Amino acid sequence: MDGATQTHPELSEIFNKDEERVDWHDETLWWIRQKRDKSAHSIPEWEQLRETASQIKNNVLSDLSSYLVSFEEKALANGIVVHWAADAAEHNRIVHGILKENGIQQMVKSKSMLTEECHLNEYLEQQGLDVIDSDLGERIVQLAKEPPSHIVLPCIHKKKEEIGDLFHIHLGVPAGTSDPQILTETARQHLRETFLTRRAALTGVNFAIAETGEFVVCTNEGNADMGAHLADVHIASMGIEKIIPERRHLGVFLRLLTRSATGQPITTYSSHFKKPRPGQQMHIVIVDNGRTIQMGREDFRNSLKCIRCGACMNTCPVYRRSGGHSYHNAISGPIGAILAPNLDMKKYADLPFASTLCGSCSNVCPVKIDIHQQLYKWRQVIVKEGYADSTKKIGMQLMTFTLSSPVVYRTAGKAGRWFLKHVPFAVNNKFNPWYKQRDMPEAPAESFGEWYKKNVKK
Amino acid sequence: MRVGLFIPCYVDQFYPNAGIATYQLLRKLGVDVTYPTGQTCCGQPMANSGFEHLTKDCNNLFIDNFAEFDYIVSPSGSCTLHIKDHLHSEEAEDKATGIRHKIYELVEFLVDILKVKDLHARFPHKVGLHQSCHGQRGLFLTQMTELVAPYFSKPQQLLSQVEGLELIALSREDECCGFGGTFCVVEEAVSVKMGKDRVKDHLTHGAEYITGADMSCLMHMEGILKRENSGVKVLHIAEILNAE
Amino acid sequence: MSRDKILAALRQNQPEKVPLPTTLAFERDANLNLAEKFKAMAEGIGSKVYMVAGFDEIGPVIGMDFPSEKRIVSTVPELVSAAIPAFVLDADPQTYEDVDVAIFKPRIAVAENSALWITEDRMGVRALPFITQHIIMLVDIALLVPDMHAAYEKIGAADYGFSTFIAGPSKTADIEQSLVLGAHGPRSMTIFMYS
Repeated sequence: MDGATQTHPELSEIFNKDEERVDWHDETLWWIRQKRDKSAHSIPEWEQLRETASQIKNNVLSDLSSYLVSFEEKALANGIVVHWAADAAEHNRIVHGILKENGIQQMVKSKSMLTEECHLNEYLEQQGLDVIDSDLGERIVQLAKEPPSHIVLPCIHKKKEEIGDLFHIHLGVPAGTSDPQILTETARQHLRETFLTRRAALTGVNFAIAETGEFVVCTNEGNADMGAHLADVHIASMGIEKIIPERRHLGVFLRLLTRSATGQPITTYSSHFKKPRPGQQMHIVIVDNGRTIQMGREDFRNSLKCIRCGACMNTCPVYRRSGGHSYHNAISGPIGAILAPNLDMKKYADLPFASTLCGSCSNVCPVKIDIHQQLYKWRQVIVKEGYADSTKKIGMQLMTFTLSSPVVYRTAGKAGRWFLKHVPFAVNNKFNPWYKQRDMPEAPAESFGEWYKKNVKK
Repeated sequence: MRVGLFIPCYVDQFYPNAGIATYQLLRKLGVDVTYPTGQTCCGQPMANSGFEHLTKDCNNLFIDNFAEFDYIVSPSGSCTLHIKDHLHSEEAEDKATGIRHKIYELVEFLVDILKVKDLHARFPHKVGLHQSCHGQRGLFLTQMTELVAPYFSKPQQLLSQVEGLELIALSREDECCGFGGTFCVVEEAVSVKMGKDRVKDHLTHGAEYITGADMSCLMHMEGILKRENSGVKVLHIAEILNAE
Repeated sequence: MSRDKILAALRQNQPEKVPLPTTLAFERDANLNLAEKFKAMAEGIGSKVYMVAGFDEIGPVIGMDFPSEKRIVSTVPELVSAAIPAFVLDADPQTYEDVDVAIFKPRIAVAENSALWITEDRMGVRALPFITQHIIMLVDIALLVPDMHAAYEKIGAADYGFSTFIAGPSKTADIEQSLVLGAHGPRSMTIFMYS
């Protein structure tokens, strides 16, 4: 996926070749948005909750260094081993190091978007280790050798028949199986064996509590717990921004997280890990990987408030009609578009433009990140840093020239209308992207300005 | 009260009727309205494409044309929002600030300033109302479905004063049409798909006309309607509110 | 050292300190019947809920609902019998791999989302509530609280090595959004509510 990266417009065009499939993808995610709405509307104090969560996260960002020190202190006292990783490569080396030290060759993983960001699986496999993803959706994309397309619903882009085909090839179900019940049961049996035989389990972290040195992992499947409680070594990977100050703040975040993500009141399991099991090793790897740089960008640091609920993706009309893979990044959708340019402005210059700035995302965000305003601001930065298309640059300078002078503007406008009326094929052709699937507007006889001059006596 | 009329560039060039209806409607309501002939554009196409730094001359031209008025009214939610959020000038920041506080989109001007209660308008047709995003989420013309908050709608309030008009329900009340400025050509495939889906929603519910406060959205949907050989027409809300 | 690098970068880049919100007080419906709300949410999520007058009613129901299940364990001393053996600790969590039914007594029940809070000391071993095929929870109605804020108020500064909120049977909707109960954790959850 990383080699010759195509851009969002190119990938979306490919995605849109199958219109029926786009409708299916769009309707599925819109349905989840509607479930979110229903759930939010059942909580009269919903907007107050959002504001509270936003303020808590604002405080966290303003004092993150102290909170991290406090978290580390408490975690160490709890018997957890704390590691710090400046970047993805260091994170991967640390995880590998822990496994090597314990003579472990095989690991079971539960969902962690951070490890996707770090390409951990790839790294460990290159070192000769075996990693199995235990979230059903993650396991499916792992078998398909694809990255997840959505941070909460990793294989939302896959149809059940396609999943059945994968399971037929890799897990031995009869060809043509597509019943979700049967496929899930198959995964249950297959992964149960994995849980029982893996001495190491890696989980993500939804929230890390500075006050107590504990961390919380939320799942519906129970796979994070199955892995962690059966393994000798539990490794938890977290981004620095996962901190929340006090245990009681979990009340706010756990009420918002799953309702925003899928419309459920809470995940089946919200597990609080504070100390290792007697005889077990518990490690936490605290990762920067560009987050401290984002923290220094005044216009964009609020993106670090994100609790990875995915609500912005479900509501985004562009995401629903282009799919997560079109963003060619571990985190896709609106939040991905404001996080990624910080990591590599050249590679991700297209993402902030993959939006109409409709603003829906900002209004479903449980922590009130001003996503659509950040998208606008990233556009200014990307152009200033020189990553804009050169033809666009010339076009824009021409537009500026035309629109800064009333005389030039009126002449250009009149000329444009004349061409449209008398030489339509100059505009209605394959070089005009508008014209591909839309008719051009008709050219009126006179502009408003001309009508006004003629008809209004002043 | 002197009102300066700000007509978006594409309305001026391609949809003058929306501008004419706006002018006539304001005159009907007794407003002293002038169209400064030296105006061009608000600069939004450049700014939204990342070229905000090129809009200085555009901004100053806007200030020159409009600073003198008590109110500035425009039949465009997105242009109004752009000026409100982004009009600045090194040479005349005071005037820029003044303008940002007195610029209104047409619907909000009619409802909040003129407090229009009876339009004496007639338009006996089935009409679909498109909630243009910038007007809705930026100017709060209509409550957004994302929020847990009481419903209100200024355009609907005005349309309810139009005799014979039947407002159709929609499956998705406030989904974006996909125009998005240069997005419409930079991300052509997704833009068109979004437009097609919006149009389908209106057609499925029996709209004869699709209206809204932004001609850009309507232009995009019209392009799709015409390509589909549909008899459904688009009309700026000013044209309906001005209809007799 | 990465730790120092990261903390130094943060100290430099963090914004001006802003305070935490002072209250976490939200309006509550004073007339809410907690038991009714809890039961409705639990059943909505896919749990089976029985209201019982006493523990002696529970055994027979378990016998009826799980007639063919072989290995049943109870971590609740008051609910132990010939048919329902007591949990016996084995340091190796893998020995519980074949448990069919496991019975627990949580400490808090949350009405808004049917979540049950249970601490490690009531789990037998951490793996048991997850590795069992079916889970049974005994819920004293007096332990009901309206929402998560109330739950954390009650939890306070309690110490534990591990605790969890369990809201229902394990599940997934990863395959075309079709809900399937019984992902990796228990296939079913049965709740006995008593006062």
